[in-house]
Amino acid sequence: MIDMSPNIVLVVTIGVLFTVGVYLLLERSLTRILIGIILLGNGANLLFLVAGGAAGRPPIVGATPGGKMSDPLPQAMVLTAIVITLGMTAFLLAMAYRSWQLHRHDEVQDDLEDRRIARLAAIDERATDDEDTEDSAQTLDQEAEEARDETDEGTHVVHGGDAS
Amino acid sequence: MSWLVPLPVVVPLFAAGLALALYRRPRLQRIVSVTALTAVLATSVALLVAVDDGPIAVDIGDWAAPVGIDLVADRLSALMLVISSAVTLSVLVYSLAQGRDDDEESAPVSIYHPTFLVLAAGVANAFLSGDLFNIYVGFEILLAASFVLITLGGTGERIRAGTIYVVVALLSSVLFLVAIAMVYAACGTVNLAQLAIRLPEIDPGVRLVIQVLLLLAFAVKAAVFPLSAWLPDSYPTAPAPVTAVFAGLLTKVGVYAMIRTQTLLFPDGRLDDWLMWAALATMVVGILGAVAQDDIKRLLSFTLVSHIGYMVFGIALSTEAGWTAAIYYVAHHIVVQTALFLVVGLIERVGGSTSLTRLGGLAKLAPGLAILFFVPAMNLAGIPPLSGFLGKLGLLEAGVHVGTSLAYTLVVGGVVTSLLTLYALVKAWNKAFWQPPEAEPPRLRMPLGMVLPAGALVVVGLVLTFAGGPMFAYTHRAAVALAERTPYIDAVLPDGARGEGESAHGSEHGRVTIDLGGGG
Repeated sequence: MIDMSPNIVLVVTIGVLFTVGVYLLLERSLTRILIGIILLGNGANLLFLVAGGAAGRPPIVGATPGGKMSDPLPQAMVLTAIVITLGMTAFLLAMAYRSWQLHRHDEVQDDLEDRRIARLAAIDERATDDEDTEDSAQTLDQEAEEARDETDEGTHVVHGGDAS
Repeated sequence: MSWLVPLPVVVPLFAAGLALALYRRPRLQRIVSVTALTAVLATSVALLVAVDDGPIAVDIGDWAAPVGIDLVADRLSALMLVISSAVTLSVLVYSLAQGRDDDEESAPVSIYHPTFLVLAAGVANAFLSGDLFNIYVGFEILLAASFVLITLGGTGERIRAGTIYVVVALLSSVLFLVAIAMVYAACGTVNLAQLAIRLPEIDPGVRLVIQVLLLLAFAVKAAVFPLSAWLPDSYPTAPAPVTAVFAGLLTKVGVYAMIRTQTLLFPDGRLDDWLMWAALATMVVGILGAVAQDDIKRLLSFTLVSHIGYMVFGIALSTEAGWTAAIYYVAHHIVVQTALFLVVGLIERVGGSTSLTRLGGLAKLAPGLAILFFVPAMNLAGIPPLSGFLGKLGLLEAGVHVGTSLAYTLVVGGVVTSLLTLYALVKAWNKAFWQPPEAEPPRLRMPLGMVLPAGALVVVGLVLTFAGGPMFAYTHRAAVALAERTPYIDAVLPDGARGEGESAHGSEHGRVTIDLGGGG
C-alpha cells in the first residue's frame, strides 16, 4: 500500500498555480492568456504527481523491491501532458505573433455578435454617450480589431504625465 | 478481426506523415489522403459488422489492459467510426475540387492534407479508446489539427475567431486533465473498464465531483449551453469544408464521450435532472439564436448548438429507448449538418455571399442546388418521413415513456425547437432561393467534384431514413449493450482483472484506495 496522504507543499503550489492561471486567463492579451494556460497546465501536472502517491524509489523491476517503487503511470501521463502543452504553447505563440503582425497588438478581439448587439442597443437607446453611440463609420470588423485592454490605459496616462 | 481495430487511427497518421513529406507533389498528396480515408471507411464498415457479435478489445503493444492502453470497438464506437469516416471522405473530396477550382485563400495549401488526416486520426482515436487518458490524447490530436485548420491562411478574421476557439478548447482540456488526475487519485486506474468496476466502490461524493468535472470538460467540447457561446462565433469563419467537418464531427466527439462515460462509469444517473435542464436550455437558446441570424453559416452554427440539446436529452433519459434514439440522432445529425454546410459552401460560390439579405433567386439560377439544400434542411427540421423525424420521434417517445414532468417539459421543448428550426430554415430558403436577387450574381458553374460529395452526403441522409428500421435495431442493440455494461468490461478484462496482453503475474498493481476527506 502506497502512502497516499498528499504532500502539503505540492497542494499549496497547485492552488497558487491555478489561482494565478485563472486570473491570467481572464486577461485580454493573448500573451498573458498563454502564461495562464501554461500555469494551469503545470498545476494539473502537479495534481497528477499527488494522485500517484508519495515519492518512492525509481520504478525499475529488479533494482527496486515492489513495495518501495514510485507509481510510474502518472509520471508517464504527466510526460505526455507536458509534450502536448509544449505543442499548444508554440501554436498560441505563433497566433499571438500573427495577431501582432496584423493589428500591432495581440488582444483577443470582441465577438462580432457582441459588437453588433452593442451597436443595435446604442441605436435603440441614445440616453448615454459612449463610443458605441458615435457613428464612427467603422465596420464591425474594424471595431473588433481595436485594442481594448484596460490595463494599458493606466500606463498610457503615466507616459503622458512624464511627457508633460 | 482484432487487427482491424487500430487501423482507423494508424492509417491516417501514417498517411499524414507521407502527405507532409510529399508537400511538393500536390497530386500525390491527394492520392495518399483519399486512399487513406477510403481505407478507413472500409475498415470501419468491416468493424461495424464484426462487433455486432460483441466488442473487440486490443491491448496495444501486448501490454495487459489496466496498465497498458487498449482500443475497444463496440457497436457504438463502430457506428460513430463509419459515419465519421464517410463524412471526412466526402469533405476531403469536396475540398479537392474546391482547391482545384479557385486559387483564392480558401484553396488547400500544402499542410491542409496532413492536418486533415491527423484530424481524422484524432477523431478515430477518441472513438476507439478504452482508456480515459487516451481519450484525452485523442482530443488533443484532433484539437491541434483543428487549430491549424480554423486559422488556415492566417487572415485577420480567422485569427480573431481562432483565438476564442483555441483558448476555450485549451481550457476544456485542462478541465479534462484535472478530472483524469482526480480519477487516478481516487481509483488508481484510468482504464474505462476497470473504472466501471472500481468507481461504484468509492465515496459517492468523490464520484459526483469526478462526474461533474468530466461532464463539464465534455460539455465545452459538445457546445452544451451555457458552454456553447464559442461555437457560433468561431466556426463560420473557416473555409466551407473545414466548417462542415468541424460542425459534423468535433461536437459529436464530445457527445460520444458523454454517452460513453455516463453509461459505463456513472450508471446511477445522479446528474440526469441537471442534464435535462441543460438540454432544454441548449435546444431553446440555440434555436432562438438561429432565428435571429442573417448569415446562413451562422444560422446553421446556431442550429448545430440547438440540436446538441436533443442528444443530451436522450443521454439524460438514462433508458435504453433514450440512448437508442440519442445514438441514432448523433448519426443522423453528423450527416445532415455536414451536408448542409457543404451545400452552403456551394451557395456561397454561386450566390457570391452567405448573407440572406444579399442572396436571392437561386432557385431559378441553380435548381439542382435548391434540391440539395431543401432535402437536408427539411431533414434537419424533422419533416416526416426523413431521418430527422425518426430520431426526434424516438426521443419524444422515450421522453413520454419516462413520464416525469421534467421529461414532458423536454418533450414540449423538443417539439417547439423542431418547429423553430423549420421556421429558421424556411426563412433561409425563402430568402436565398425565392426572393428577387439584389444584383444579378456572376454566372459561376458548380464544379462536379463539389456537387457530388455534397450530394452523396444528402443521399446518405436519405439512406438513414430508408434504412431507419435496421439502423434503429442496431442502435437499440448498442444501447442495450451500454445498459448492460458487462459486454464491454468482459471484452477488456476477460478474467475480471487483466487484459489478454503480457503482464507480470501476482503483483496487484496500483490498487490504491484513498479517502479524500480524511487521510487514507
